[in-house]
Amino acid sequence: MEKLMVSHSPHIQHEDTSRSIMVDVIIALAPIAVAGCILFGWKAAMLTAICVVSAVLTEYVCCKIMKRANSIGDCSAAVTGLILAMNLSPATKWWMAIIGSVVAIAVVKMMFGGLGHNFANPAITARIVLLVSFPSAMTTWVAPLGAAKLETSATDVTAIATPLSDAALSSGAYSYRQLFMGVVPGSIGETFSLLIILGALYLFARRVISPVTPFAMVGTVAVMSFVFGQDPLYMVLSGGLLFGAVFMATDYVTSPINWKGKLIFGIGCGLLTSLIRKFGYMPEGVSYAILLMNLLVPYINKITVPKPFGWEAAKK
Amino acid sequence: MARSEAILHPVKNIHGGATLAHYKNTAESVSAVMPAPAQVVIAMQQHIGAPCTPLVKKGDTVYVGTKIGDSDKYISAPIHSSVSGTVTGLGSLLLPSGQTVETVIIESDGQMTPDPDIKPPVVETAEDLVKATRDSGLVGLGGAGFPSHVKLTMNPEKPIDTLIVNGAECEPFITSDYRESVENTENILEGILFLKKLLGIKNAIIAVENNKPKSISMMHSVIENVLGDKMSLDVTDDEKTQALYKIASDERDVDNTIQLMRLKSRYPQGAEKVIIYTTTGRKLPLGKLPSDVGCLVMNITSISVLNKYIKTGMPLVARTVTVDGGAIREPKNVVVPIGTSIADVIEFCGGYKAPARKILYGGPMMGNAVIDVNMPILKQNNAILALDRKQAEKRVESPCIRCGRCAKACPMNLQPLEIESQLRIGNIEAVKALYVEYCMECGSCSFVCPAKRHLTQVMRMAKAEVKNLK
Repeated sequence: MEKLMVSHSPHIQHEDTSRSIMVDVIIALAPIAVAGCILFGWKAAMLTAICVVSAVLTEYVCCKIMKRANSIGDCSAAVTGLILAMNLSPATKWWMAIIGSVVAIAVVKMMFGGLGHNFANPAITARIVLLVSFPSAMTTWVAPLGAAKLETSATDVTAIATPLSDAALSSGAYSYRQLFMGVVPGSIGETFSLLIILGALYLFARRVISPVTPFAMVGTVAVMSFVFGQDPLYMVLSGGLLFGAVFMATDYVTSPINWKGKLIFGIGCGLLTSLIRKFGYMPEGVSYAILLMNLLVPYINKITVPKPFGWEAAKK
Repeated sequence: MARSEAILHPVKNIHGGATLAHYKNTAESVSAVMPAPAQVVIAMQQHIGAPCTPLVKKGDTVYVGTKIGDSDKYISAPIHSSVSGTVTGLGSLLLPSGQTVETVIIESDGQMTPDPDIKPPVVETAEDLVKATRDSGLVGLGGAGFPSHVKLTMNPEKPIDTLIVNGAECEPFITSDYRESVENTENILEGILFLKKLLGIKNAIIAVENNKPKSISMMHSVIENVLGDKMSLDVTDDEKTQALYKIASDERDVDNTIQLMRLKSRYPQGAEKVIIYTTTGRKLPLGKLPSDVGCLVMNITSISVLNKYIKTGMPLVARTVTVDGGAIREPKNVVVPIGTSIADVIEFCGGYKAPARKILYGGPMMGNAVIDVNMPILKQNNAILALDRKQAEKRVESPCIRCGRCAKACPMNLQPLEIESQLRIGNIEAVKALYVEYCMECGSCSFVCPAKRHLTQVMRMAKAEVKNLK
């Protein structure tokens, strides 16, 4: 008889793996990516491919240089690349996309210790780096497929207004239907609200993400919009809010552990988003809001350590 | 009146926990009595507490039920021979807990002759019951192995109002408690009534997970028919029912209850702290005993064994063991003499159908892996699992992605991921501030971890570090 194996309990494990969780996120993102590529054309498709491939490649090279086991198999780099692409304007240059991926993976993720150790969301940080470095390219918007036909030939590629621009806000240029179906200018993955909501439902059902953060963030923006005298539904459906709340504010590594923390985090993200939208010099603030809240996560975790079972009883 | 009106719902829900596959393959396997093995190796420690000293020497003749080991310490339980035959020597054995214990090795004569001195004990008072329980060698048969007489010793300052009969059996594979509850239903009920009466406990709640409907319905019908008013002594000539009815009739007018509770199938429902909470809503503080919150928790098989002892005087010398796992040819429940080697038990179950890679004492969540198939069956072993190659496959550990599933699954509401990262940087103060001492090592965190991290083991190490801190 072969020698028996000895190990500590438990001796069985759930079938979910880090990889299967990442694959679930990719499944939730896939319809959004496909729709984005249809709405914004072959350039969007190319940017998406470039982001994903360069993110995975960067991780592979980093692992080689750092003499670490190759970790691209966990699919987290692919998810980061895909989320970054969804955050880019279709007018972004291809080499900017590569810079973004390298920043996300090499600087934000691998230099801080790889998966699980990054202090901020890699895709968001990369997007902000690109936004600061190439402000004009990153805020040049393209009219999507349906909208171009709707809005006559007068729409010039460089001058088109996003739903959150002052012009659109004052004139009410976009309908709820357009916002739902993604036929508004914006980043590749942020416009199609309906698909983002479906993706969220999929991730809730698969228990990949908790609904607390998205609901807290979106709810706070709705309330704040109402306070500011804006149309809450319009503000919720516009810009990167839904995409950010579902796919970026819920990043495990850079969000709090328990529901209390997630609630604080979500409200904080929503509050900052609304304040930046209302008072900031930019029309949109989702990325900055999430990044700032990312930095507070260790403190949020610290103040929300739950009391163990039986703790109150011991106090008496 | 000693009857239940309906099957109760849990008072509270289990916090956290994990949904496991049940693998109750042996549920309908009627316990098969194993013939006397050629030799038994009986460990002198099969319980929590002080080890026993052998009372026999090489060449002594022993019978089934002869006391062969005892200790003068309070927290200990005597040990009896499980076969009739000759002591061939004393030895030592390394248990999976890391302890080395003395053993008594007995060669069986194959006769299984009971000790001629065995007679039913006289049990009329609570003190008699405690003494009888000690003499029976009974320990918690659900796996913990805590000497039962210690639990049954009443402290007047801590009155007990609820007896919780733990039939949750939340570990996958194991069906030995289930078999006991369907094969010896009357005996269990009789034991409960007896305990209630002698210890003056008002309520008894039998808690069973809802994946054992037959166990619930059988116990329910016995409670309804025999303890209710529906049946009188003359309508039955079934001996078992008559005996039970007689005890029950004394209880008729007393304002107390035996109730059944159907628990949700969720691991670890059977953990002591959890089952006290779900059945009574009481929370057991750290370091306290169930008696501090007015509860007495007994495993369902333990009660059955105790009642058998009271009726026959035969101490704990054999127990039902679920033998299962991918490597076993004929998984089944087997009544095994204590001290029989795992190899003999597996042989009785048709041997192996695939090479066994890992053999466990107990269930897959909290069971211990053994190093050798010649290890003996201990009193607290409710199962022997022989895992095949696929079941024993080692999962590759990957970095923590901080998904928080371990924290969500923790029935004690701890955050294993934070404890792990603090332990890794050696910040033991921080580990303590994360309440690691509350951990009961149920395994839920490791089970759910998608990164396959060895969280339960980390928690054990963290607990040890915190202990050293003091």
